[in-house]
Amino acid sequence: MSSNSKHKPRIGVFKFASCDGCQLSLLDAEDELLGVAGAVEIAYFPEASRAMLKGPYDIGLVEGSITTHADAQRIQEIRRQCKTLITIGACATAGGIQALRNWKDVDEFTRIVYATPQFISTLKLSTPIAEHVPVDFELRGCPINKYQLLELITATLAGRKANIPSYSVCIECKRKANVCIAVARGVPCLGPVTQAGCGALCPSYDRGCYGCYGPMESPNTASLTSQFRILGQTDRQVAHAFRSFNAWAWQFRKASEECERP
Amino acid sequence: MTGRAAKTIRVDTLARVEGEGSLYIKLVGERVADVQLKIYEPPRFFEAFLRGRHFSEAPDITARICGICPIAYQMSAVHAIERALGIQISPAVRLLRRLFYCGEWIESHTLHVYMLHAPDFLGYADAIAMAKDHREVVEKALRLKKVGNRIVQLLGGREIHPISAAVGGFYKVPTKQQLRNLIDDLEWALEASLETVRWTAELEFPNFAQDYEFVALRHPNEYPFNEGRLVSNRGLDIDTAEYEDHFVESHVKYSNALHSVVRGRGSYLVGPLARFNLNFDKLPEAARKAANDAGLWPPVNNIFRSIVVRSVELVFACAEALRIIREYETPAAPRVDVRNRIGVGQAITEAPRGILYHRYALDENGMILTAKIVPPTSQNQKRIEDDLREYAVQLVAWPIEEATWKCEQAIRSYDPCISCATHFLKLELDQVEEVEI
Repeated sequence: MSSNSKHKPRIGVFKFASCDGCQLSLLDAEDELLGVAGAVEIAYFPEASRAMLKGPYDIGLVEGSITTHADAQRIQEIRRQCKTLITIGACATAGGIQALRNWKDVDEFTRIVYATPQFISTLKLSTPIAEHVPVDFELRGCPINKYQLLELITATLAGRKANIPSYSVCIECKRKANVCIAVARGVPCLGPVTQAGCGALCPSYDRGCYGCYGPMESPNTASLTSQFRILGQTDRQVAHAFRSFNAWAWQFRKASEECERP
Repeated sequence: MTGRAAKTIRVDTLARVEGEGSLYIKLVGERVADVQLKIYEPPRFFEAFLRGRHFSEAPDITARICGICPIAYQMSAVHAIERALGIQISPAVRLLRRLFYCGEWIESHTLHVYMLHAPDFLGYADAIAMAKDHREVVEKALRLKKVGNRIVQLLGGREIHPISAAVGGFYKVPTKQQLRNLIDDLEWALEASLETVRWTAELEFPNFAQDYEFVALRHPNEYPFNEGRLVSNRGLDIDTAEYEDHFVESHVKYSNALHSVVRGRGSYLVGPLARFNLNFDKLPEAARKAANDAGLWPPVNNIFRSIVVRSVELVFACAEALRIIREYETPAAPRVDVRNRIGVGQAITEAPRGILYHRYALDENGMILTAKIVPPTSQNQKRIEDDLREYAVQLVAWPIEEATWKCEQAIRSYDPCISCATHFLKLELDQVEEVEI
């Protein structure tokens, strides 16, 4: 998406192991897309454009987790090219659903999926970007909230702190005046330990939060684990609840491993 | 020893597809020696880590295979699991699932027609550059895409990885009035889709007819989404549970995706062209007329014309969404009860880019023993290579930059979703001298 203007901030969008959903959020901002494209130069965004301009970039948006040797090297070069590096989504921020391999034998996984495993080159772990390079901001969510992304880009360009809360989904539920499904109906809900940002979607649709925004700041996972047990959940069910899209985020990881301890 | 002028085309990244891959074409003189569509999207092992998880998690987990068509994954997952459990869904849920799919088709087809594919025909790098000269076209596209997303958002909570689909139905269903609020938008969208058919029909298409085996679902009464038999123009007519008896996947060295072929025959084509050619009679009158007015009659054998067929499917999706909304009555319960049970279930549904197969084996506690997923792009991958093998011959005389762009355009005609097939393309065209000794 080239532009002739020399003064517009340059944005690059980079992909690692992921589903493309978080970068798609930018194209899903139907009302804002042309405005954004007018205010910045989208210099590198292969999902949307054939024109791929070289760095340096003012802002790099990184989607996906690191799962191959080549990607572990590529992120180093991208970091050098980006003044501000922002990770978007659960894969880039916590390793993603593909981090479930981190508790398993990846060679066995390869054998399950591929007939000729020797053709596949992959690392044993799926890891977040911050385990490889310094990251300036980690935007949560599986997928991210497009309005949070727009706020983050705007704040970064204005040189101010982005208004992205680190409190729990419970706060959003209270604001929406939702009746608490955990208290009123005994539905296991990760809302108390999960960072806000989705608008308390799952409880608003009569189901428990499944934690796709990852751990809030200082979550009390031990207390929630006890609560889940009171609601009749088995150790395995509690472990699985913590072990999904943000399984490798350390607070959830610790909580799931504690459930597996004999 | 004499030789012809040698040339090599190399593009590091082919754009406007979903995911990461590359293309390698080797030309010896005027003969195409090798074509490799290489997918270097890293493997993510979904089929492996689904093992040991409860079936109720499958719709949410498999949605994460693809941010562009999460509903397709949710629909194939819930239908396969419902088959394993022997569950019948309610008529209202059945309708809502069709409506959910209408939303995804509108969103995904509009994205592809206007933002990923049209720039090729008009010579722009992307839709933003195109908007400088065709602002009203891009604005209309964004508005149309948003109508699709509004349906998905209402039924599923959010556009990407919606949260409401469940085995047995939905966690929550909309009220009649909530759906009725979409009517004005959809009536506009239906008109905009008809304009889209007229607009895409005016584009210039290369002369490129191929003898394809088209594979799609076919349902006795309707254009297919979630149900039907699997049929082809070469006599295939099977229950979806028999899929693995008729199709095989092979693993090629240069790709992280698996190639799929019809047993004993070879490559085949899934997606809008296949659905249109095999189900033209099931399209609503408005869509059939729009197609015919645009000069389309089945069979359409030119993959570049898929942009027009996709637009015809937009007309269908808008008309179908309106029909469903007018017929809908809020059901007494959002879903039927589900109980753990041993079983095996398969399902095929029509993702925007073609059929998506899921199979699950469940134990007595509802835990997944094995899962198998065959996405549309791995089914089309071999066919894309076969097309390029034919098409590259036409391009020998072209300047390198244009030949490369043409190959990219051919690949994009399939709306490939490489995240699904494991994901982004790099074109490398190698033209070596033909050496006579």
